[in-house]
Amino acid sequence: MNTGAGRYAWPASARERVSARPSVHPSPRPSPLRGEGVAWDGAWRWIGRRIGLRHVLVLLAVLIYPWVATPFFTFQIGAQALALGLIALSLTFLAGYGGMVSLAQMTVAGIAGYMFAIFATSGTDISLRWPWGLAVVLALVIATVCGTLIGWFSVRTEGIYTIMITLAIGVAFYYLAQQNYSLFNGFQGFQSVMTPAVGGVELRAPIPFYYLSLFWALAGYFFVAYLLRAPFGVALQGTRDNPRRMSALGFNVTAHRVAAYAVAGVIAAVGGVLMVWYNGLVSPGSVGTSWLINILIIAVLGGMRHPIGPFIGAVVFVLLQNFAVDLVGRERFNLLIGAVFLVIVLFSPDGLLGWWAQGRRYLQAQFAPARSGGRREM
Amino acid sequence: MGEERRRSPPIRMSRFWRWFWTLVIGLPAVAFAVWALADNAKLFFSTAMNGLTLAALYFLVASGFTLVFGLMRNVNLAHGSLYLLGAYVGYVIGDKTGSWLLAVAAGFASAALFGLVLQVAVFRFMHGEDMRQTMVTIGLSIMLADILLWIFGGEIYTFDPPRAIFGRTPLPIVEVYPTYRLVLLAMSAAIGVLLWWFLNRTRVGMMIRAGVDDRGMLAASGVDVQFVFAVTFAIGAGLAGFAGVVGGTALSIAPGEDTRYQLASLVVVIVGGMGSVVGAAIGAILIGVAEQFGLAYAPTYSVVFTFVIMALVLAFRPQGILGRRA
Repeated sequence: MNTGAGRYAWPASARERVSARPSVHPSPRPSPLRGEGVAWDGAWRWIGRRIGLRHVLVLLAVLIYPWVATPFFTFQIGAQALALGLIALSLTFLAGYGGMVSLAQMTVAGIAGYMFAIFATSGTDISLRWPWGLAVVLALVIATVCGTLIGWFSVRTEGIYTIMITLAIGVAFYYLAQQNYSLFNGFQGFQSVMTPAVGGVELRAPIPFYYLSLFWALAGYFFVAYLLRAPFGVALQGTRDNPRRMSALGFNVTAHRVAAYAVAGVIAAVGGVLMVWYNGLVSPGSVGTSWLINILIIAVLGGMRHPIGPFIGAVVFVLLQNFAVDLVGRERFNLLIGAVFLVIVLFSPDGLLGWWAQGRRYLQAQFAPARSGGRREM
Repeated sequence: MGEERRRSPPIRMSRFWRWFWTLVIGLPAVAFAVWALADNAKLFFSTAMNGLTLAALYFLVASGFTLVFGLMRNVNLAHGSLYLLGAYVGYVIGDKTGSWLLAVAAGFASAALFGLVLQVAVFRFMHGEDMRQTMVTIGLSIMLADILLWIFGGEIYTFDPPRAIFGRTPLPIVEVYPTYRLVLLAMSAAIGVLLWWFLNRTRVGMMIRAGVDDRGMLAASGVDVQFVFAVTFAIGAGLAGFAGVVGGTALSIAPGEDTRYQLASLVVVIVGGMGSVVGAAIGAILIGVAEQFGLAYAPTYSVVFTFVIMALVLAFRPQGILGRRA
């Protein structure tokens, strides 16, 4: 059954997918299909096509950012947006490229946070006070396994059923964390979770934490960008568009989907550990319904057509969260974010990236009519 | 559903496996029941009664959810918010008029009206885009929850039902039981029968059933599908609002209840089978009873029982107990 999932949210047009295909195997040789000039020319074109001026500019901007911004902007806005963006990236990968909208990605991140708090040091006696490196590894492994298991459950269903099941799993984990005192310390959760210090550098200080988050965000971004061009990613997008045909071609659709959940689990787990360091605590509130949905909001807000989307969405979300005070008052933040989400869903299915692409196309049509219909780089 | 499903565990189990799983799940359950009965029969039966009344409440909420889903493929993630909306409106009316029955009617009417407006003004224009509809309901539920919190604050409200149904009733074994919960049980059964009658014996009900089976064919037979959709959405939403007042009387109304009942209706419908009202009843009984037994016998893990039931159903019957393949 080809559910509306693929059709609505991410109708990456056939043209785009076809044009992406020659670069499935990233080799510097020019693609014989295109018959473009000599080898050197092709190599430069390939690099030029991949790394444009805007990439360099963005990279420079995010590297310089903490030196011009106040610690508040570095930590509260920058680092938080990067960590949240990483969690939302896992959802974008699953939903935008695998066609599986999972609301349980924050749960995976939350499990990573909880596991770190349990194994490492916190203000609670339950914490085992093991070395933090070991705790990080255990947290990542356990959260990834949980993410894969969640995927293994939910791939039995498709489209909107996936939303229902992952939401049910996520909310069930929230209630479990809230009820259970022996493992999750109930309503209180884990307060004052200790953030490690490496070589005398306190990782939770604004600038180190910003660069730490930036490193993992960039790693996540390039990992996903690479994976989408790799055979696995292409096959995954195939299962999104037409599972029956992929199955007929001999691909194991279920295995690809579960593997996608595993990959998303790793990304979300890294984001979860960053979030627990950022907050210094993890409690049932961190995995509550509102946060499950906030991750979806971030991903949809940015747009699910490109791995940069969740980071743009996260920046907008964090800015709204911090400055909603001036607009509507702190209490009414949910109303505002709900309204923004509704507007995006109703009027721009591709999120802010969709508006960006529309604007570009409009400008191109205005200033260079001859090039209209040219390649779209989004 | 794709062909790849053929490789998932077989839906038709062989006789051996059916027996195997019946024993694996049934034996511990029977052993537990025997132990619990011998240990404290009163606790066992009162837990069972609590489970059934909770199931009655879950059925009221989930039946509307499953009806809307079955016909329109619309996962209404604002269903819990409709529950809360009905409860609050019912409270205001009940407070003003002093009549509990009017409060129940107001709860039903307000939620039904809201659902009707949603269907006519929003979802009608997104026909077939089920993912987008679901996202819209998510946005709506966030906004609705916040608006209700804005108006009514974080306080806990309780209803004031007529004296006749609010006392205690002597029963064998459990000695006394709140009358209202028995009334709730009866009301839920009545709603179930009414719903069955509506779906099976009236013309609109016939159209709804036909729509669940094949929307396209229903439209092709000259039925005004939009009308059927609007009626179904109004009834489904109204049932949530009705449950809001009725359930708010049994327990209380407070912010956060929307999430609770949203989760309940999701799990009930996943277990019972999406789009099936009878399935919702079965799922509600399973989940309600499991939740109450969990709370009574293993308080810190009670949600695990709910989850295990859901996982088992998904593992062996992904479409739910009475669900049909889409």
